[in-house]
Amino acid sequence: MRERDLVIVGGGPAGMAAAISAHENGVKDILLLERDQYLGGILNQCVHTGFGIEYFKEVLTGPEYAERFVKKVRDIPSIEISLRSFVVRLSRDRVLTYLKPGILETIKAKAVIMATGCREKTREMVHIPGTRPAGIFSAGLAQKLINVEGLLPGKEVVVVGSGDIGLIMARRFTLEGAKVKAVIEIQAETRGLIRNVVQCVEDFDIPLYFNHKISRIYGSDRVEKVHVVRVDKDHNEISGSGFDITCDTVLLSVGLIPENELIEMAGAELDRKTNSPVSDGLNKTSIPGIFACGNSFKVYDIADSVTRDSELAGKLAAEYIRGL
Amino acid sequence: MNVYDIAIIGGGVVGTAIARELARYRLRVALLEKETELAFGVSKSNSGIIHPGTSNPPGSLKAKLCVEGNRLTRKIAKELGIDVKEVGELIVAFSEEDLARLHEIKKDGEALGVPGLKIVDRAWLDKHEPNLSKEVIAALYAPTGAIISPYRWVYDFAENAARNGVEIFTDTKVESIIRKDHGFELIAGARTFKARRVINAAGLYADEVCGMVGIRDFKITPRKGEEFLLDKKRENITNHLIFPIHTKTSKGMLVIKTSDGNPMIGPTAEDISDKEDLSTSREGFEKVLSSVKRLVPSINGDDVIAYFAGLRPVAGDDFIIRHEDKAPGFITVAGIQSPGLTSAPAIALYVVGILKKSGLRLKKKIFFHKHRKKEVHLFAIPLDATKKLIEKDASYGDIVCRCEMVSAKEVRDAIKRGARTMDGIKFRTRCQSGRCHGSFCTTRVMKILAEETGAPVTSVTKRGCGSEIVKEDRSK
Repeated sequence: MRERDLVIVGGGPAGMAAAISAHENGVKDILLLERDQYLGGILNQCVHTGFGIEYFKEVLTGPEYAERFVKKVRDIPSIEISLRSFVVRLSRDRVLTYLKPGILETIKAKAVIMATGCREKTREMVHIPGTRPAGIFSAGLAQKLINVEGLLPGKEVVVVGSGDIGLIMARRFTLEGAKVKAVIEIQAETRGLIRNVVQCVEDFDIPLYFNHKISRIYGSDRVEKVHVVRVDKDHNEISGSGFDITCDTVLLSVGLIPENELIEMAGAELDRKTNSPVSDGLNKTSIPGIFACGNSFKVYDIADSVTRDSELAGKLAAEYIRGL
Repeated sequence: MNVYDIAIIGGGVVGTAIARELARYRLRVALLEKETELAFGVSKSNSGIIHPGTSNPPGSLKAKLCVEGNRLTRKIAKELGIDVKEVGELIVAFSEEDLARLHEIKKDGEALGVPGLKIVDRAWLDKHEPNLSKEVIAALYAPTGAIISPYRWVYDFAENAARNGVEIFTDTKVESIIRKDHGFELIAGARTFKARRVINAAGLYADEVCGMVGIRDFKITPRKGEEFLLDKKRENITNHLIFPIHTKTSKGMLVIKTSDGNPMIGPTAEDISDKEDLSTSREGFEKVLSSVKRLVPSINGDDVIAYFAGLRPVAGDDFIIRHEDKAPGFITVAGIQSPGLTSAPAIALYVVGILKKSGLRLKKKIFFHKHRKKEVHLFAIPLDATKKLIEKDASYGDIVCRCEMVSAKEVRDAIKRGARTMDGIKFRTRCQSGRCHGSFCTTRVMKILAEETGAPVTSVTKRGCGSEIVKEDRSK
């Protein structure tokens, strides 16, 4: 079994920042595993601006923000980048197995940094009853379809939840000529950034309903309409308040969950509610030598904070390796 | 126009099991399915339980065919390369009165020929089913209760039937049947199929298909069942299938193990009128959750990752399987609700018997390919086996679905074996059925499907025409 000093799982903003920082803190042998065919992670589908304001004091798009780190990572010889590499096993003693086309490799690492990001909550997790037709997407999937694949998922859209991706996608659909009929938020205020409410929804006259929820989805083959109801402060439906909105698409933007199935497999303790690692400090897990950073450690509002905090993970891993 | 010896209407587990059985003989057989893929009707929402055969009324077709089907399922599953997981079943008792009922169920089951039944006590349960409610005082253990993937079972039957010459037509909805001297003409859109004999295995629509030849003595009532799947992480929340004592209309709400690991809870049982109503409800969820929490208190609603509703085709208390003397050559196989999946292989044999009795001469083919090559599922094999596969074919290392560990190779193979829709790929490979529900892999799967079928990506559907995933391609 091959031994490596540091293995970083995930080549998005968190993994890249951790890799650069580990190098700067003296780690000589770094393997960066990325599932996709390019580095950058979700940044690649975030074609809107707003990245880099804090970190670079500049306004960048997601791909531009990513590119700055990709260049840096590629220029550091001690970082080996392995793309299309999918980790399937991780153990407590930092033995890790990954697949890539043509290869199954098992390696032992002195330290591991998990930078696996997060996934979106699904319609099922918020228990929206009704039928299960085509036309129900997580906001992130819709974003990928439009921005990366050039495919328009729908023409009459209702967005559930006012998370940032949902707000950004409300604008994106509108710019693509689709009609965004409503953003429905169960809480009394937005879950996203105020700037996104203003720039993505208000500026486009998209109706934003607070204290409302979708109580049912209709349609047999494709979404046909949704039923919307007002809710009280305990989120109970207020009877008589319901109305229908016809649409062919429902986008879900109802929260993110850190992807921590691998460290869970390794035996790390997770918070049952948030799926974040139980930790006694930023970027640490309950297993010594296994670190987590970025959205897999906790869900961040902006990429700049992910970069800033993930640099600490590189430093922690370097210190851990030195102390062995 | 060629005349088929037999046309089967309906490509669910019953229709495909019959097709595979008939494929042994020198017959020209067509199977007609109205949906874009097989198993898209009643079968896709089946719980996947191979019932041991208790709890069916003595003397009924259900009672006879379930016990026989349970035995046949194992034999045929081996031939077709599909796993039957021997988990066993527990029917639980909360009171002395319940326990007395279990003794009756045991006695009735034994009379029907159900093997291995035994009453197990609290100490046994503590050891073998530790998460079971402490209020359970005893249970009836049925070792032949097992699980299978219901849709893969259908696809395996169909694939093997097709290999042995059965012609399968999807997107082929029979709209009317004309009786002729030679038999029947089945009109399906622009196509007409001539057949000497017809087998009606049309599930929810069996009554309407019977109506096409003037038989109107039964009605199919859809009985809706809502089911909720939990995260695979909770796979071992139970070791057995857990049943309460059944009622007249249903086997009650269960804690089900499924062949791919995710525990499932449900189903509800509600008679409705709309044969297309597959909606789930909040009430259904709450009802299921509170019922199964009584069996296994540690089940947590937050672990639900998917839900769906299915419709059982109910035609009275028993199956209806008969030759229609009023329409000679027409065989009805209707009302195949639970335990229909278990019974399917026995139903197929029973139908062959009816055909024989009706005067059909059955001559075996010289060679019948009874085996089917088992397909690969990376999630189900150890890593060293995966390593060997990747070395043979690099694309096993190209992971498409991260939650369920499905490779590009498996997706392509599923399409080669007949998958034409996103749901068809999901049912065959598990791609998109994990905790992210397709958020990460949908675009990749769509592209592979378009590539393999040579169709534009905009034509990719969830489950057939009208359910296209995207509206427009703006990349060109």
